[in-house]
Amino acid sequence: MKKTLRIICALAIALSVAGCAKKAEPVAAPAAPAAPYKVAFIYIGVPGDLGWTHEHDVGRLALEAAFGDKVKTAFMENVPEGPDATRVIRQYAQDGYDMIFATSFGYMDPMAEVAAEFPKVKFVHCSGYKTSENMSTYFGRIYQARYLSGIVAGKMTKTNIIGYPGAFPIPEVVRGINAFTLGARSVNPKVQVRVVWTNTWYDPVKEREAAVALLDAGADIIAQHQDTVEPQKAAQERGKFSIGYDSDMRKFVGDSVLTSPVWNWGVYYVDTVRKGMDGTWKSSQYWGGLSDDVVRLADFSPAVPQDVRDLVSTQKVKIVGGTWDVFTGPIKDNSGKLRVNEGAKMSDEELLSFAWLVEGVVGKVQ
Amino acid sequence: MTLVFEKRKTVSKTAIVVVPFISFAVSLVLTGVLLVTFGANPFETFAAMFKGAFGSGRAFTETLVKAIPLMLTGLGVALAFKLRFWNIGAEGQLTLAGVAATWVAVYWSPWLPAPILLPMLVLVGCAAGALWAGIPALLKTSLKVDETLVTLMLNYVAILISQFLYYGPWRDPKGFGFPGTEMFPKAAWFPRIAGRAHIGLYFALVAAAVLWFVLQRTRWGFELKVIGNSPKAARYQGISVERNILLAVLLSGALCGLAGVGEVAGISRRLQQGLSLGYGYTAIIVAWMAQLNPLAIPFVAIIMGGLLVGGDQVQMVMGLPSSMGLLMQGMMLFPMLAGSLFTEYRIKRMTGTQTREAARGGV
Repeated sequence: MKKTLRIICALAIALSVAGCAKKAEPVAAPAAPAAPYKVAFIYIGVPGDLGWTHEHDVGRLALEAAFGDKVKTAFMENVPEGPDATRVIRQYAQDGYDMIFATSFGYMDPMAEVAAEFPKVKFVHCSGYKTSENMSTYFGRIYQARYLSGIVAGKMTKTNIIGYPGAFPIPEVVRGINAFTLGARSVNPKVQVRVVWTNTWYDPVKEREAAVALLDAGADIIAQHQDTVEPQKAAQERGKFSIGYDSDMRKFVGDSVLTSPVWNWGVYYVDTVRKGMDGTWKSSQYWGGLSDDVVRLADFSPAVPQDVRDLVSTQKVKIVGGTWDVFTGPIKDNSGKLRVNEGAKMSDEELLSFAWLVEGVVGKVQ
Repeated sequence: MTLVFEKRKTVSKTAIVVVPFISFAVSLVLTGVLLVTFGANPFETFAAMFKGAFGSGRAFTETLVKAIPLMLTGLGVALAFKLRFWNIGAEGQLTLAGVAATWVAVYWSPWLPAPILLPMLVLVGCAAGALWAGIPALLKTSLKVDETLVTLMLNYVAILISQFLYYGPWRDPKGFGFPGTEMFPKAAWFPRIAGRAHIGLYFALVAAAVLWFVLQRTRWGFELKVIGNSPKAARYQGISVERNILLAVLLSGALCGLAGVGEVAGISRRLQQGLSLGYGYTAIIVAWMAQLNPLAIPFVAIIMGGLLVGGDQVQMVMGLPSSMGLLMQGMMLFPMLAGSLFTEYRIKRMTGTQTREAARGGV
């Protein structure tokens, strides 16, 4: 009887010690090597697109360079927008990732759905507008760089027709087309920007076809809002200039690419992940511009003459310094109606829901 | 000496059952070789895929999410194929039904009593799918227009109609100009069974059983079978070939349409980009792998759904490119097609004279 009691007591003690040991664990943790902060990326295309996804992947690699083995990054490529993305995002959340970046507009609803299920995971969505306690949005004012690239195109076109394959008629793309057109027409009021909607972000074949159609229509410069370098290649094959996007496409295509508005996501990713690691991350809506260095204008091709470069740098100084911004009136829409009065500046809300095209754009937002 | 294909006089019953499994094994081996060339351990990859698709309750519900539209479109396609009506248009029928269901959910809901909303949505959706399949069927039966081309082309038309609507007149007025309709009211949501798997699963299973019964046990099913084997013989027996093709294809379109209804009402709950991820095309693979047998289709659809969901793991765990998942799907199809070919045909060696005779005989 006594023996049994002793055993039970011993067991109880052993168990309580074990319990204590468990409780003590968090204190002991710093001594052990800390688990890496796990960050996942959802890509719409592949890093080899040399454009949109490529630049996000450069940002991801910047994280690894900045934090070494303190972070572990992963990515999933070719994830379709819409409900299918829900599964992929949830999978990462379930696998214990601390922060998930979704890098296309169509991931917004899926991400919001999963974010509600995993309150401890931090969700960061590129280019949308839905936020919650644990879901942020981020984007950059690429329109500033697009305006500058428009100046280059406006100065260098001879036919005064510039072709612009655009992905979708949504505010993000419309804003870019408008900024580009304003830039081009600021130096050459005769410029027409012709838009062809491809209804896809990433489709090398369709992007090329759109560019070819525009070249056939008399365009002698091809700008674009797509994910790959195909429109630039199509222009080069015809001996025409182009304006890239996303990455410095001159590196991949050649000097026919006059310049490119480019992303520099690393700045934002490193800052955001650092905040996640030290616990200061808060849900926010980030929209940085040239002054944050999250967007840039790539180096010029040797084909761009000095006077054009000077024009660009004058405007750039104004934008970076904050004394002037792209969407300052008077601005007319492409039916000739005055939309922004002289001296008035469009608000961020208006820019984020842009649904009309400025004067000089040949095209329609449905 | 040459090798020629010769149609088997009798198709062995065991072959019908055994060959698909052999084909599956062959495709696993082929995929394994592919994985090895990419430097991945095939066993690890298959294990990761299996776990990703069936390893947990949540994973399995995601597999079902894929399997539901595959079952319904697979059934629809199989029914049409039985009649040798090559319906490549499941994708379009699915899409147009999604559009019709959206119309009911968003624009009828303000005045339609809530309990009638869901049945109405299903009905109108299926009718739209049937209508979209009816066009090529009518063209085929009345003007002998090739249905392969018409069904395929109508896919693009349906997709463009849906895009026009959610970019244009149906765009959510509160959506900041972004494409997509507004969210459906709750009364228009398909109830979910577990995870994201919705009651479309029950519809699919019932449809499979009913279709099997109709094809195997009813006079109409028998007539369809005769038409499929030989329209001439059917006509000789006094069966109305045109009428039956039309009816069966309408039913095929309705089944594909039901898949679209499930996608909008059960999964996305709005009409937007990414309604169908090629389910209508994968359905063709599903129907072939199931040898057009309605009872086999749900199982094949679950395997296929598992392959699609498990394919994520190829990237997540193994770090292989996403195109690997697609390659693996293709690797599945080829042995299956080869398998069904060898079930019905055999290779025969022929001597020179035999070949000449065969040539004269018009083989």
